[in-house]
Amino acid sequence: MIEVEGLSKYYGRLAAIQNVNFRVESGEIVGFLGPNGAGKTTTMRVLTCFSPPSSGEAKILGMSVWNNSLEIRKKVGYLPENVPLYDWMRVRGYLEFVARAKGIPASQRATEIDRVAGSVGLDQVMGKLVKWLSKGYRQRVGLAQALIGDPPILILDEPTIGLDPRQIREIRRLIKSFSANRTVILSTHILPEVSQVCDRVIIINKGSIVAEDTPGNLIAGHGKSSRAQVTARAPEGELRNALAGLPGVLATHLGQTSNGCTSVVVEAAVDTDIRPALARTVLDKGWDLLELRAHDVSLEDVFIDLVTEETQEESASEDNDRKEAVA
Amino acid sequence: MNGWYAVFRKEAANIFVSPIAYAVMAIFLVIAGFFFWANLSLLSLLSLKAANNPMLSQQINFTDIVVRPLIQNMSIVMLFVMPLVSMRLFSEEKKSGSIELLLTYPITDLGVLAGKFFAALVFLGVMLAGTLSFPVLLFAYGATEFGPMFTGYLGLFLMGAAFMSLGMFLSSLTENQIVAGTISFGAALMFWIISWTSSFAGEKAGYVLKQLSILEHMESFHKGILSLPDLSFFVLFTAFFLFLTARSLETCRWKG
Repeated sequence: MIEVEGLSKYYGRLAAIQNVNFRVESGEIVGFLGPNGAGKTTTMRVLTCFSPPSSGEAKILGMSVWNNSLEIRKKVGYLPENVPLYDWMRVRGYLEFVARAKGIPASQRATEIDRVAGSVGLDQVMGKLVKWLSKGYRQRVGLAQALIGDPPILILDEPTIGLDPRQIREIRRLIKSFSANRTVILSTHILPEVSQVCDRVIIINKGSIVAEDTPGNLIAGHGKSSRAQVTARAPEGELRNALAGLPGVLATHLGQTSNGCTSVVVEAAVDTDIRPALARTVLDKGWDLLELRAHDVSLEDVFIDLVTEETQEESASEDNDRKEAVA
Repeated sequence: MNGWYAVFRKEAANIFVSPIAYAVMAIFLVIAGFFFWANLSLLSLLSLKAANNPMLSQQINFTDIVVRPLIQNMSIVMLFVMPLVSMRLFSEEKKSGSIELLLTYPITDLGVLAGKFFAALVFLGVMLAGTLSFPVLLFAYGATEFGPMFTGYLGLFLMGAAFMSLGMFLSSLTENQIVAGTISFGAALMFWIISWTSSFAGEKAGYVLKQLSILEHMESFHKGILSLPDLSFFVLFTAFFLFLTARSLETCRWKG
């Protein structure tokens, strides 16, 4: 269990995180979501006792990061963002070092290393130099070092960054497989990852938590309207007028038109499914209905909304920055 | 001090896996060997002259002509090569980011420090042990004294440890190894020569400068004397920079 209360961390006068509060129950997988520089890594560094907070309290399994740093470090497995391994070591040698560093008695070291190596699929590369490993295997070695000593808490900073799609899937599957009896916090800015892996999401932006819920609830709670897209073989104006007149429709937007096919996006009240009415209208008018699709609100929309709500003033200048960068 | 041994093993392996260690050792041994040979040649030349001059023959001996200059010259070579080994102790980990992982293992900062420092001392020991053929040859073929040889080596080791400690501290301040190495060399050289101005720096300041100088404190070791003030100088010097390294690690955590 992880409890964080009023946690702040300043670098000079710059606040990396400010008054952050959250709880993670035992056995949960929590996704830490936020744009780059939002304070995810800082929070994780506090939780792993790498770095003390400026103020506030973080407790892991009831132990405070202020007073029980060493005890906490025994219970937490950590994978930093850029997976800093010792390139000149062989995989087995590296894991032996980690096992020794984590205080695993000599008699159990070999079995522990084999167990962990087996569980993340490292058996093939145990004799290789870390330097020559592919990015995917590096990541696995990173996971393996976090798992050594069987810590009840895992903190993973961007565990899938820089991997190819197949490797991402593999790593996700691994994280799920060993999250069964562990508490896992993982940070990411890849949104599908969160909905696939995590029980709960904490969205952090500019050093503060802006939302905290299950992915499902976040999506459900966030939708301001439900949308559906209709594509029919019909004249634009007529189709749009016919649909706009339906009860429950809030607005219509013209989509693409080509070869006499028109598509219109219809917005309706949140909890009404407007699709049957749309279909009936089109058919009653004698047009061909080509496509009818509900537009789901994705976690991405929620995320973008939450993150941009607070940064709207700045987005203009950011756009300028980007243009300059392109130029 | 849990886990210091893990860091020690890793660090020692790192030192002896890297070519730097062997380059440094080779350079040191070649130059030390050169001095040994040169001093021995000088001794044999003087002995030849002494055959016709009984007054001179009373003045020449192994200790004055071979051992003492050899130890002095080796200490100067060490001044050059120690920073090459100490510069990467923390800089490398800071640059690669592995320090972050290392400091989240259940090892105290003191343990990390001790592991790295002792590994550096092992390298120093191995490097000095490479020159042990000199005393062995001298004892086998000549009637040299054991005392000055022993204190000479002890002095070299203590001085090397002091340089390692200084170098480790400077290495913990930067992630750039070259910067760490350069400043270590400069600082060590400064501690070496600082007493040169003591004669005209005024009485009190001169005394302080003299007491700070590594060269001054090496003197007694060269003479074959074990002096408590000089021993304590090197121990305190080493301890002081180890302490600063510990503080520097703490800063690294706060900034992290």
